[in-house]
Amino acid sequence: MDLSGRKLFIANRGEIAVRINRAAKSLGMTVAQGYSEADGDMLAVRLADQAVEIGPPHATKSYLDIVRVVEAAKSAGADAVHPGYGFLSENAEFAAAVEAAGMIFVGPSAETIARMGDKAKAREAAEAAGVPIAPGSDGRVETVEDAIEAAKGIGYPLMIKAAAGGGGRGIRVADNDDDLKRLVPQARSEAEAAFGDGGLYLERMIAHARHVEVQILGDGQSAVHLFERECSLQRRRQKVWEEAPAACLPQATRERICAVSVRLAEAVGYRGAGTLEYLYDPERDAFYFMEMNTRIQVEHPVTEMVTGADLVAEMIRIAFGEPLRFEQSGIALSGHAIEVRVNAEDPASNFMPFPGVAQKMRVPENVRFDTMLYEGYAIPPFYDSLIGKLIVHGSSREEALQKLREALAEMEIEGLKTTLPLYRALADDPDVQADNTTTKFLEAWLETNAIKAA
Amino acid sequence: MAKQIRSPLPGIFYRRPAPDQPPFVEDGGSVEAGTVVGLVEVMKSFHEVVAEEAGTNVRFVAENEQPITVGVVLAEMD
Repeated sequence: MDLSGRKLFIANRGEIAVRINRAAKSLGMTVAQGYSEADGDMLAVRLADQAVEIGPPHATKSYLDIVRVVEAAKSAGADAVHPGYGFLSENAEFAAAVEAAGMIFVGPSAETIARMGDKAKAREAAEAAGVPIAPGSDGRVETVEDAIEAAKGIGYPLMIKAAAGGGGRGIRVADNDDDLKRLVPQARSEAEAAFGDGGLYLERMIAHARHVEVQILGDGQSAVHLFERECSLQRRRQKVWEEAPAACLPQATRERICAVSVRLAEAVGYRGAGTLEYLYDPERDAFYFMEMNTRIQVEHPVTEMVTGADLVAEMIRIAFGEPLRFEQSGIALSGHAIEVRVNAEDPASNFMPFPGVAQKMRVPENVRFDTMLYEGYAIPPFYDSLIGKLIVHGSSREEALQKLREALAEMEIEGLKTTLPLYRALADDPDVQADNTTTKFLEAWLETNAIKAA
Repeated sequence: MAKQIRSPLPGIFYRRPAPDQPPFVEDGGSVEAGTVVGLVEVMKSFHEVVAEEAGTNVRFVAENEQPITVGVVLAEMD
């Protein structure tokens, strides 16, 4: 399909806007970049053919303002809108508004976003497609009494989750009926305030779990998987270090988790790039569906490094109506990739945000560094602290780790406090080297190793 | 000369703990050293702004949800 001359509006900022720009240019497209008043100097604006201001610094008044973003894209004469991750990327109303304005939304349909974005409905869809789910409530729980009744079949400890939530927000853990009585009303009002939807559901807490997720591409008719990622190293439920593939999975389990993911994607007629997130219990060799993300993810590069696919370019092609360009048999795993998220935060000071000015940078050769930085760039304080992603690839996990250690030793960003020291310490840690981690690992590790990460 | 409360951080200034709650300190109110007068949201994390000294008749110069830089005067007081 020839997309040359077609115009893509990027409704995002930071490193992902730069990444989308690169994919669009590789397809010969023209790029219009949306930006807030605080982002006039950002790299994605400099790289774009055209830039349109979309409002004040605060994201609710710019990047999250559906009316303004759609107007900006329309005024730029865009054929399509790419939402990136975060902001409006999983907002069904936004997807519908883009289409209603006569443009293409780069992602699934508004209906699919609404369905898979509701965690309780997504669980139901997963169960219907034969995907294992953690024991939990049958859809939403409306009252404390319902919750206590449902808890009998689930068992404690369990998690109270917001149906409209995601990214780990609003999760509470209950150990008994009394906890439920106390926490359900709290969780309901918090979910109501945060998401405008107080719906809750319950799910069994899996101790010692690993986070494994499967990358999907679908064209609305059929779907393929691009294998899985392992993202157990998390702080405050935010991933900080991701790998592909998940070395902890036995081959038979890998085949099963990827196959059921394709089944679920096809069952919902999935179009675009998506990720199915699971908890994996290594002791039982069992996995449980958690949620689906209906967008490109921060950690997509590790999948690109082990499969050779350009996920962002593929999702643009699919959005313009091109059928999948891969057969499942044509997608092979090659080697091992690791990504670390570099944040402008000070690990020596409880990860205090550090929105400074980037000075001289030394980025090693033979690594991939997806970044928004350039020398002299002043990082605005209004947005996420992610400033770049360092990605390495090796023929094995050991080789990838070795390359990561070398790259981290060489890498330098003057003028900023960053989380690079944390990754230097983690890359030297015996448990990380032995792949002996769970989703609880990093926070416990930080309790005793804070000094090493500083 | 009026005393000043300055922002220790850049970001977005909030006068209320949550949109549906009253301000930490009303205009014309008074503070002790250590009283929380607002929040600054910097890179999605919230940090309290505290008065470093006691004062009366607090007059906010910065508006709720205003983007601010380090050292900007948030309020004046006697």
